[in-house]
Amino acid sequence: MTLLAGVGAGPRGQAVPPPPRRPGRRWLPYLLLLPGAAWLILFFAAPAVQLAATSLYDPGGSLTTGYAMTWAFGNYPDALRAYADQLFRSFGYAGLATLIGIVLGYPLAYAIAQKAGRWKNLLLVCVVAPMFTSFLVRTLAWKTILSDNGWAVGFLRDIGVLADDGRLLATSTAVVLGLTYNFLPFLVLPLYASLERLDGRLLEAASDLYASPVRAFVKVTLPLSMPGLVAGTLLFFIPAAGDYINAELLGTPNTYMVGNVIDSAFLVRLDYPQGAALSFLLMAVILAIVLVYLRRAGTDEVV
Amino acid sequence: MATTSDAGDLRLAGLTKRFGAFTAVDDLTLTVPRGSFFALLGASGCGKTTTLRMVAGLEEPTAGHVWLGDRDITRLRPYQRPVNTVFQSYALFPHLDVFENVAFGLRRRKLRDIAPQVERMLSLVRLDGFARRRPAQLSGGQQQRVALARALINHPQVLLLDEPLGALDLKLRRQMQIELKRIQTDVGITFVHVTHDQEEAMTMADTVAVMNAGRIEQLGRPADLYDYPATAFVATFLGQSNLLAGEASGPSGGDVLVEAYGQRFAVPAGRARSARGRVFLGVRPEKLHLLPAASPVPSGHQSVTGVVSDSSYVGVSTQYLVRTAWGTELAVFAPNSGSEPPLAVGTQVCAHWSPAHAFVLERSPEEGDRTAPVLDTPDAVGVVP
Amino acid sequence: MAYRIGRWIADHWVLGVGLVVLLYLFLPIAVVAGLSFNRPSSRLSYDFHEFTLDNWTGVCGPAGLCDAVLRSVQIGFVATVLSTVLGTLMAFALVRHRFRGRAATNVLIFLPMATPEVVMGTSLLALFVAGGISLGFWTIVIAHVMFCVSFVVVTVKARLSGMDARLEEAAMDLYATPFQTFRRVTLPLVLPGIVAAALLAFSLSFDDFIITNFNSGTTVTFPMYVWGASQRGVPPQVNVVGTAMFAIALLLVLATNVRRRRGARAG
Repeated sequence: MTLLAGVGAGPRGQAVPPPPRRPGRRWLPYLLLLPGAAWLILFFAAPAVQLAATSLYDPGGSLTTGYAMTWAFGNYPDALRAYADQLFRSFGYAGLATLIGIVLGYPLAYAIAQKAGRWKNLLLVCVVAPMFTSFLVRTLAWKTILSDNGWAVGFLRDIGVLADDGRLLATSTAVVLGLTYNFLPFLVLPLYASLERLDGRLLEAASDLYASPVRAFVKVTLPLSMPGLVAGTLLFFIPAAGDYINAELLGTPNTYMVGNVIDSAFLVRLDYPQGAALSFLLMAVILAIVLVYLRRAGTDEVV
Repeated sequence: MATTSDAGDLRLAGLTKRFGAFTAVDDLTLTVPRGSFFALLGASGCGKTTTLRMVAGLEEPTAGHVWLGDRDITRLRPYQRPVNTVFQSYALFPHLDVFENVAFGLRRRKLRDIAPQVERMLSLVRLDGFARRRPAQLSGGQQQRVALARALINHPQVLLLDEPLGALDLKLRRQMQIELKRIQTDVGITFVHVTHDQEEAMTMADTVAVMNAGRIEQLGRPADLYDYPATAFVATFLGQSNLLAGEASGPSGGDVLVEAYGQRFAVPAGRARSARGRVFLGVRPEKLHLLPAASPVPSGHQSVTGVVSDSSYVGVSTQYLVRTAWGTELAVFAPNSGSEPPLAVGTQVCAHWSPAHAFVLERSPEEGDRTAPVLDTPDAVGVVP
Repeated sequence: MAYRIGRWIADHWVLGVGLVVLLYLFLPIAVVAGLSFNRPSSRLSYDFHEFTLDNWTGVCGPAGLCDAVLRSVQIGFVATVLSTVLGTLMAFALVRHRFRGRAATNVLIFLPMATPEVVMGTSLLALFVAGGISLGFWTIVIAHVMFCVSFVVVTVKARLSGMDARLEEAAMDLYATPFQTFRRVTLPLVLPGIVAAALLAFSLSFDDFIITNFNSGTTVTFPMYVWGASQRGVPPQVNVVGTAMFAIALLLVLATNVRRRRGARAG
């Protein structure tokens, strides 16, 4: 996607150069940008600011009595204390899912990029195709696959990995598996874009210079696929950390992530300041990671 | 839009283009006579393509004017100028077939009777029957001819060609050079052809302008440029020259005397760009003749002695390198006419030439002998003052 | 012989692993398709029980299901049109023009893609509540356009920057005014990118749950219907809709692929 375009954007690896100056109306680009930019500022940037303000409202207020802006920075440590578990769990699950995703996704991306030949496009469609089915419907399907009476659980019980009364559903394992599954294409596609640009002749050269396949991979393939790997990891981790559907459908309240808490804060308990504070805590960590990436890649490569 | 009947000469007056601190085209002034085949020749980065784009209207000049006849077209947009371009990359519209590509300009000008004109033009470029193909299905040479047809069909007052033959292989390029020359003669439109290939420029053009670092070094008929270059850059860019560093000591009789490496040479005054001070004495390799060292030199000829240090058989000629007493290796081209066997490496020889074939050029202080051909690099461009 | 097998394995093991992962990606889809033909033993059961075609023939049986699907299609359509227009305009500005504030614009477009949906959904909710705007169809559309624009920009931008700018110069050299150049050369060549962006926007909108959930009020879209139903027991017709979506989308993608390949060949 975005970072996909950013992976070696423009001609072979350099940043996209700014376009040449065109003769004629100077105001045209601003006019073109205006509607979209206005929409984004109005409905993305301004609400974010509003959310920041909400997180500082007096927690004692409510929707009916109204909120007073009291610069209650204490909302943040309060929220942290109350939901530290869920926060850590979110990043933990997302992180674990990312690792599993890399283990599963790298061979797939590599296979399509380097080994698929004329089936490349078809395989790419196959990677994206599962996303055509509704996210929720797909996740519910995992409920069937991992159900206590299903063959998966049965098989694991038979070979002893699971105890005789062990389950997969309603465990953190199921949540992590669900996260891995749902966001895997987001990891595979940018990684594929990076690996696709890898010139096979580099590996031939490495082989000519006494590198074994493993060393060639570590010294040549892996570094060159880094932009795609980083982009894919970001595109995977960010939505995974904020997800709560997998936790709700495949887990229990004991596996709740911060997304579940925010959801209940806004829609059930109607505790807006706390929900806002949690949102921003989540956002802060993610922004920190993204900024590191932006600093290295530059902003033109990103969009 | 002016029709071909009141077309005039193409005149560039003080044309300048600066990109920030970099001057690509520096105060260019020249006239291209109507109906001629004009070549703008130079190495990469010399500003020739930028000049072409300013004539086409695709670049706005920083200063100067472009005149077509008595019409100042400098501020006109490209679609308002009676000028068409054949692009280096052909720029054929991939979503249109050959017919629609060629007809594009006619349609924009809302002309009628398009089909017969397109057919005629396709015949002219020898692409009959290709009307419904897509650019992606054509070879490089065919694409180039479509690009040519697409431009020519509009009967522009000037046709601009931006290195159109660069992507073709040697044989095809030779063929297209002859084709283009033939078409230009038939159609009678002014052609301005930009190229870095000096053989191409000399073969096709009536007039050649050699460009270097944004300026024109010399303008004239190919034979004149080759025979009597104006600067060391032209002498080494157009063909190959042996340039010996020397000092001109002034006129004497009808000649200019040049001292180099302890010897004195005489060059007719009409073939000397400078009569005093630091100069190059130049002789082209094919104008040098080799004799065994002891043999007598034909009367009137001048010579230097040396040793054959390399001999390359090239089929049509043998190319020698002769090392002189002061260490410079002169290039000598001897035709393999069959009358003499080639000389062996190590032979002591005397290289002689007729003074009428030599020329004298200005030399800047830090330059020494130059006998190797100019390479197509920016460094080479910057060497000459 | 063993050497040949060994070499074959060495050359193909990555492909093998890749195919296994691909099967893993399709496993739930197969299950969804299978479940669409399933008559469940009870409302809350997720196991295979009995084969039936009733779900497909009576797809609108469960109350509210088809309404929800229709609602999603309507929202998707409006959001697609709006976001495609806005995004395409922005893409043109970014690729073909110079202007100040390019870095800021890039960041503004990039951020929605990097922000978790929870944050975007809740911030919009807070805005609507503070502004006293009642939640429903239009707030959902506003939210969807907001997060779709970025994806449209990226998709169109990719296509546009791949297009040789010299083609536009050639058109102008051949007497086409800027408007004619856009209409005759630029637009036809960018159109596949715009269409791809529109399809992407529609699927993002149709499938969105988290942001929609926060900003929908009482309006029910298809993902919200499924979410609500997951508590009470999901009717198997949901899987019918899911399978149908998959089949239609797959057909569309394959059709455009075939058409593009045939177009390139025949011309």
